[in-house]
Amino acid sequence: MTLKLDNVTKRFGSFTAVDGLSLEIPEKNIFGFLGANGAGKTTTFRMILNLLDQSSGSITWNGEKIDYSKSDEIGYLPEERGLYPKLKVRDQLIYLGKLRGMQKKEIVDELSNWLDYLKVPQYMDKKIEELSKGNQQKIQFISAVIHKPKLLILDEPFSGLDPVNVELLKKSVVELKNSGTSIVFSSHRMEHVEELCQYLCMMQHGKPILHGDLREIKRSFGKKNLSIQADFDLSFLENIPGIVKVKYFGDGVLCQIENEDVSQRVLEEISGKGFIRRFELDEPSLNDIFIEKAGESYE
Amino acid sequence: MNQALMISLLRKLVNLMSKFWTVFSHTYLSKVKSKSFIITTAIILALIVLMSNIQSIIDIFDSGEADQLAVVTEQEEIYSQLESRLEADFELEHFDGTLEEAQDAVGNEEYIAVLDIRESEEGLPEATYYSRDYTNETAQNLLESQLQQVKVEIATNQSGIDPAVIASIYEPVSFENELIATGDREVSEVKTEEELNGARGLVYVILFLLYMAVIMYGNMIAMDIANEKTSRVMEILISSSSPVSQMFAKIFGIGLVGLTQMVLLLGTGYFVITQKQDELVGGVFDFFGLSDISFSTFAYAVIFFLLGYFLYATLSAMLGSLVSRTEDVQQLMTPVTFLIIAAFMISMVGLGMPESTFVVISSYIPFFSPMVMFLRVGLLDIPFWEVGLSILLLIATIVVFAIIGAKIYRGGVLMYGTSTSLKDFKKALQLSKKE
Repeated sequence: MTLKLDNVTKRFGSFTAVDGLSLEIPEKNIFGFLGANGAGKTTTFRMILNLLDQSSGSITWNGEKIDYSKSDEIGYLPEERGLYPKLKVRDQLIYLGKLRGMQKKEIVDELSNWLDYLKVPQYMDKKIEELSKGNQQKIQFISAVIHKPKLLILDEPFSGLDPVNVELLKKSVVELKNSGTSIVFSSHRMEHVEELCQYLCMMQHGKPILHGDLREIKRSFGKKNLSIQADFDLSFLENIPGIVKVKYFGDGVLCQIENEDVSQRVLEEISGKGFIRRFELDEPSLNDIFIEKAGESYE
Repeated sequence: MNQALMISLLRKLVNLMSKFWTVFSHTYLSKVKSKSFIITTAIILALIVLMSNIQSIIDIFDSGEADQLAVVTEQEEIYSQLESRLEADFELEHFDGTLEEAQDAVGNEEYIAVLDIRESEEGLPEATYYSRDYTNETAQNLLESQLQQVKVEIATNQSGIDPAVIASIYEPVSFENELIATGDREVSEVKTEEELNGARGLVYVILFLLYMAVIMYGNMIAMDIANEKTSRVMEILISSSSPVSQMFAKIFGIGLVGLTQMVLLLGTGYFVITQKQDELVGGVFDFFGLSDISFSTFAYAVIFFLLGYFLYATLSAMLGSLVSRTEDVQQLMTPVTFLIIAAFMISMVGLGMPESTFVVISSYIPFFSPMVMFLRVGLLDIPFWEVGLSILLLIATIVVFAIIGAKIYRGGVLMYGTSTSLKDFKKALQLSKKE
């Protein structure tokens, strides 16, 4: 059950929203979709969901074109909250669940399980407009997953939630993955993607600028982070070849180095100069990679 | 066709039908259970019951005694003639006293007015009408015309003309109405006077119902769709079932809401009228003058009503999908409202002159034809091909609108913005296309 996008392009008149996107999203995995605002994430999702037709290229799920006969296997959480403000949570989910091919009894059972799990069982008979934004988001999340979809698309699922609830939802996303759901998930919060996804795609102006296995991406990026804390002035580091960037913090620096070997040269340089509190070699964060890649494509 | 393909097609169809049914029943139930629907229907029902009992209600407040009008005269003969001729909701009383006393009595509200009748030099009656104000003109006009007749009679007697001559002068002319059989039809096929009156009654009823239905339920459809866009639930809806089936589920769902409301109203009306059957001569259909209508007129009434509803409902759904806020619905619906008002006006004019070219042309224009062609079918004898052509044009327009509407709906529901111009149509169509 892989989702495959092959050279997908979407043009709105003269504007190209998605440009030659090719992806393979393996099953039972969480696939991260990254990109600044307007990078084409939502447009891509809408094409996967068949809400928009792609201008060229093809999108297949398990080798077949996605159409409305498959909608019972797909779950969608749009970026904007979309629920009937005047309907009670129960009626709301019964309607949306039925539209995903479920029976009423099934829906009510599943709903009460989910409400218990998300620690809000008291909302069963409340109207949506009476709930806070974060709690509305929980209901929205339930509406996307209640029918146990095989393919789940989450567009910014954690926006507007407090850290406790973010953890709660993250946990359930991982559980869904373990139970066999393929999840595509977009965010501009790098740390969420880093934590949840094994594969990812980074988009910039409709084009994929990075794509693949997270560890592979980090490794092939090559550059590492080196953080040093010492009791003496470290500004001379800027002149050492192999150091790309130096960022100063209180009593330390964070350097970006070209490769691991540079770190040993730095160690030699600073040893004996004074008391060293910390010397740490780190993988680059996704944030660093994103900033660098996005920056490049701006130039 | 191999079996696997058949099964997959069948599954798709079942899926489509069940989604359609879900949207349809949700639309219907949520509207029928809504407070606004219940309250509106209750108010109209109360009005119907109130109106049909209006006579009894007036009777309760009425004292039951007829108004008195004082007549001051010395001409006993004229008074008795006037009294015997007069048929009115007030009574005459020969006042025993002077004119001044009678006028005072009017001031005390014992009488509604005073009529002073004198004899002129020629021996003919003359009168002056005294009243507090000019509000009761009916009484005055009635008295004047009756007195006129009394005067004519007295004057004829005086001149010695034979009363039979006078009678023949006033007798209405004999004027009969006969139809000519033309080449392609028999006289018996021409609508009779009774049929025509009945048809006119039905045309009135259908015109009003269609007018009300389009304005009320068309708005309801547009509002419902705009509401789903405002709350952004639309994106979830169209990711789970096809926008086209949703659009039609809404049109049918709200159509059923309208049908429910009309059955309730007409049913109550029927019940109230049958309850008061003893006051009526003939049946309920006689009451509306509907007893002499041919079956085909009824059939056309149903056909044109349904087609009219679908045409305007599709148009409303299309427009509703273009706006992103409910506040903008009214603005976009205004042209539709104008169209239906125009159709209504044309048919009102057409009731008086159904054969004018203007009406004939309008009866082929799809926006007007549900009303105007039905009016022509009801009142005239129109060759079947004309009605058929009009119905075909109407159906074709509905299909075209449904196709365009479905496309616009698909793109429109993803469109958010405040502008409500014709450009939006283009944008929405573009969104539903590949580029």
